[in-house]
Amino acid sequence: MSLNEEVDLLRRIPLFSNIEPSKLKLLAFTSERLKFREGTELCHQGDIGDSAYIIIKGSVGIVVSTPNGDVKVAEVYENDIVGEIAILCDVPRTATVIADQDVEVLKISKELFFRMVGEFPQMAVEIMRELATRLERTTSQLTRALNS
Amino acid sequence: MEKTVYKYLIRYSLPQQIWLTALAASSFPFLYAFYELPKRIINGAIQGDPEGFPVDLFGVRFDQTGYLFLLCTAFLILVLINQAFKYYINVYQGLTGERMLRRLRYQLFSRVLRFPQPTFKNMSQGEIIPMITSEVEPLGGFIGEAFALPAFQGGTLIVILAFLFYQNWIMAAAAVALYPIQLYLIPRLQMRVNALGKERVRLVRRLSDRIGEAVQGVPEVHIHDTSQFVLADFSDRLGSIFQVRYRIYRQKFVIKFINNFIQQLGPFFFYSLGGYLVIAGSLEMGTLVAAIAAHKDLGAPWKDLLAFYQRREDAKIKYEQVISQFEPVGMPDESMQTEEPESIDPLTGDLTAANLTLTDEVGDNVVDGVSLEIPMPSRIAIVGESGSGATELVQLLSRLLYPTRGGVSVGGLEFAGVPEAITGRRLAYVGQQGYVFAGSLGFNLFYGLKHRPMREFEYDDDAKSQRSWHENEAKAAGNTTLDIKADWVDMESAGADTPEALQAQGLRVLEMVGLDDEVYRWGLRGTVDPTARGDMTEAILRARSAFRERLADDEGMADLIEVFDRSAYNANATVGENLLFGNVVGDAFDMDRLGENPYVLEVLEKVGLTERILQIGYDTAATMVEIFADVPPDHELFQQYSFVSAEELGELQHRLTRIDRERVADLSAEERSHIMSLPFKLVPARHRLGMIDDDIQAKLLDAREVFARDLPEDASDSVEFLDLDTYASTANIQDNIIFGRVVYGRPEATDRVSALITEVVSELGLRDTVVEVGLRYDVGVSGSRLSSGQRQKLAIARGILKRPDILFLAEATAALDTASQGLIMSNLLEEFADRGLVWVLHKADLAREFDHVLVMRSGKIVEEGTFEELNRGGSYFRQLIDGA
Repeated sequence: MSLNEEVDLLRRIPLFSNIEPSKLKLLAFTSERLKFREGTELCHQGDIGDSAYIIIKGSVGIVVSTPNGDVKVAEVYENDIVGEIAILCDVPRTATVIADQDVEVLKISKELFFRMVGEFPQMAVEIMRELATRLERTTSQLTRALNS
Repeated sequence: MEKTVYKYLIRYSLPQQIWLTALAASSFPFLYAFYELPKRIINGAIQGDPEGFPVDLFGVRFDQTGYLFLLCTAFLILVLINQAFKYYINVYQGLTGERMLRRLRYQLFSRVLRFPQPTFKNMSQGEIIPMITSEVEPLGGFIGEAFALPAFQGGTLIVILAFLFYQNWIMAAAAVALYPIQLYLIPRLQMRVNALGKERVRLVRRLSDRIGEAVQGVPEVHIHDTSQFVLADFSDRLGSIFQVRYRIYRQKFVIKFINNFIQQLGPFFFYSLGGYLVIAGSLEMGTLVAAIAAHKDLGAPWKDLLAFYQRREDAKIKYEQVISQFEPVGMPDESMQTEEPESIDPLTGDLTAANLTLTDEVGDNVVDGVSLEIPMPSRIAIVGESGSGATELVQLLSRLLYPTRGGVSVGGLEFAGVPEAITGRRLAYVGQQGYVFAGSLGFNLFYGLKHRPMREFEYDDDAKSQRSWHENEAKAAGNTTLDIKADWVDMESAGADTPEALQAQGLRVLEMVGLDDEVYRWGLRGTVDPTARGDMTEAILRARSAFRERLADDEGMADLIEVFDRSAYNANATVGENLLFGNVVGDAFDMDRLGENPYVLEVLEKVGLTERILQIGYDTAATMVEIFADVPPDHELFQQYSFVSAEELGELQHRLTRIDRERVADLSAEERSHIMSLPFKLVPARHRLGMIDDDIQAKLLDAREVFARDLPEDASDSVEFLDLDTYASTANIQDNIIFGRVVYGRPEATDRVSALITEVVSELGLRDTVVEVGLRYDVGVSGSRLSSGQRQKLAIARGILKRPDILFLAEATAALDTASQGLIMSNLLEEFADRGLVWVLHKADLAREFDHVLVMRSGKIVEEGTFEELNRGGSYFRQLIDGA
């Protein structure tokens, strides 16, 4: 897959949908394109995070280790982004990401990610929206758990 | 050393000085004749009475013209003789002076090597270096001429004066009438210049000291923003030097003025007084002309003598000033370092110290009357707070420091007066910061084995005469004649009898300090010359095929490497690398500017790729401009990812706006060369620009063939083509084993590939070979290419390698990480189980494993015993443990 195809792919991701193509090209060009074999870890819970991953092909599982063992909490598919929390707020990785099958990703460095956010307020808004949605979802899950 | 420069030169060059003086003396008769002859020529031959001719000389009859030519020929011969004397005397003076300078420098440096350690607290490199190099330089010149010049020039002066007085004493006396004034005035003026000169030397020495300090402490300057402070200080010093120098100039030119004035008075008297006498008829014309000629020559020796006087004063000061710095108190005699005992036995028996005291500059006893008796072999820990004198104690015990009072002995052998040949080979000491010399890692590791030349260097016939010349000259200047080219490594003291065994020993000690992995890694990144070490490169080629077999067996591994294959395009290498399919040797091909290379362009033309490459170049440039146009020029994205620099980008942008993609071929060769070079830097797998499609790849493979096939004879050495069965001398060992590229985009690739390389290397028993290459790793100036931890580990390894009977360590691992500390301590405790180990520990609780513990406080041993005995409530040792 060439750079132009990667740009098309990035444009389909809501987070990047409003960013001009030349910036997406910069993002794609300066990001490493990585392949992970099925079962390998993209990142490990507790490690310091320096990059987020955009899934280009395949799917990954989000696994959280708890006192009762590892629990798979979510799956992330093509055209989605994973690992952005650690680079947004400088906390260690909150979960382990494991390739469910052979996957291909774009690895976006923290540096570049912040640069894009700074330059494109639209991207910041998208991130806020995404985070608000997640917060809302967790809150309602919590409420339900407390009620039952 | 001799107190004055005259004593020094008499002691070391008396025969030469006598010879020079004798030469000078024997030249005088010829000189007198040389002045006498013109008078004869004018008065006798030219203006002579024609009645007096012909004359008979040596049984031959001469008429007036013949007589003139005879005298002129004699004159010419005298000129030759006089100049020959001058030439020989000058050359011999130079030779004598240079030898003496060499001797003096050698003596000074050999003294530096014998300075008691505390001397260096008051004397910096910045002071020592200019003294040995530039300051003594004029001394060489002076020593050569010390006697000969005054003898020769003084003699010349006397000859000329005698001649003048003989001609007409009134005129002569008038010409030199003012000389006594000069003799009176000049030395007094000169004394002031000398005092200033002394001051100048002192100031310049301080200045160079300050420069050295600034260079070493430059990080502090940045950290604390003190550059202006440092510059102000420097400016102040320059100002003082300027002032002194300016005053010297003024004084010097006053002297010169007086000299010249008095010199010019001579002609005044000749013309006026001499002229009057000629008119009055009491002086012949020829005599006056000869007298004027002689007086003209009088100026040169007189000036020389005065200048010599200045230089002499200068040399006397310089010598005394320098020498006084090189006579520190307590410096041992030269024999301490030169003496070579018949046999050196291991130092066995008790290590004892009696009333050992070390007093520092301010009179405090850093080590205060320590007496101890340590049975050997045993492993001793010394603990104490910093400033307790523990470090100084082991420096005394290892004879790095000389005690103020008391003495050290091992097995009854008193250390005082024992040559370093014994202490330096049977003992070792490693402090907190071992010094690493510029050179290779191996040079530093084996440094401690180079005491004396062990095996002579084999010279061929030409070199042999060169060598013997060098040896004779060294002897003539009192230098050592030991040959630096000889093999100095004393393998036996490392317990080895062959170079291979020595290397194994080296590797063993590197393992003990935990430096072996690094050396191995440096080895993998090192290169090997196949012509010199065919055995090595063959072994590496075997590793290459073993590595390939492994790749073939393991599909997961094979994915991580794209091997080089003459008939396949390598997507993980640049287009340029794909075209050349080899490594560049020399500068015929610049990988960054392949698009400008005429031969590359020719090859592209042959396979019909020119236009396509140009278009790819255009597209690449356009993409780069699009992507990076808004990125600030100094942004790290630029440096990391773009293969165009920020300046080039602007230029490209400009060029692209002027011309369409379709018309890019119309650009002039110069204009397109840049665009043309871009595609060669593309790595398809990494850059993913999608421009190097299958068709281009196929064409590039054709170009690869053509490139190799048509490469002109004179460029055939410029590329070392890749070949599965040939070692690539320009590539490092690792690349030679891999013979391919680690693929982009596989995060686990690097680790897995190096693991596989390590596996293959150990299976084939190649680890020693790699380590041998690693030992050639250049550590940089004072080891700057090593980390401070690596330097320290190297210093410890060097201390162990020579197998000392007692190894002294002073907080030698304090700056290392805890894991390394533990590794080194347990290894050393084991290694020295049946020898002596005396270790000043930076933490008291580390003493647990040692046989015996000494506790120091304020220069005294306050407690001693085993760890268990000392580790009880109320003991000072317990306080130290708890405090840590």
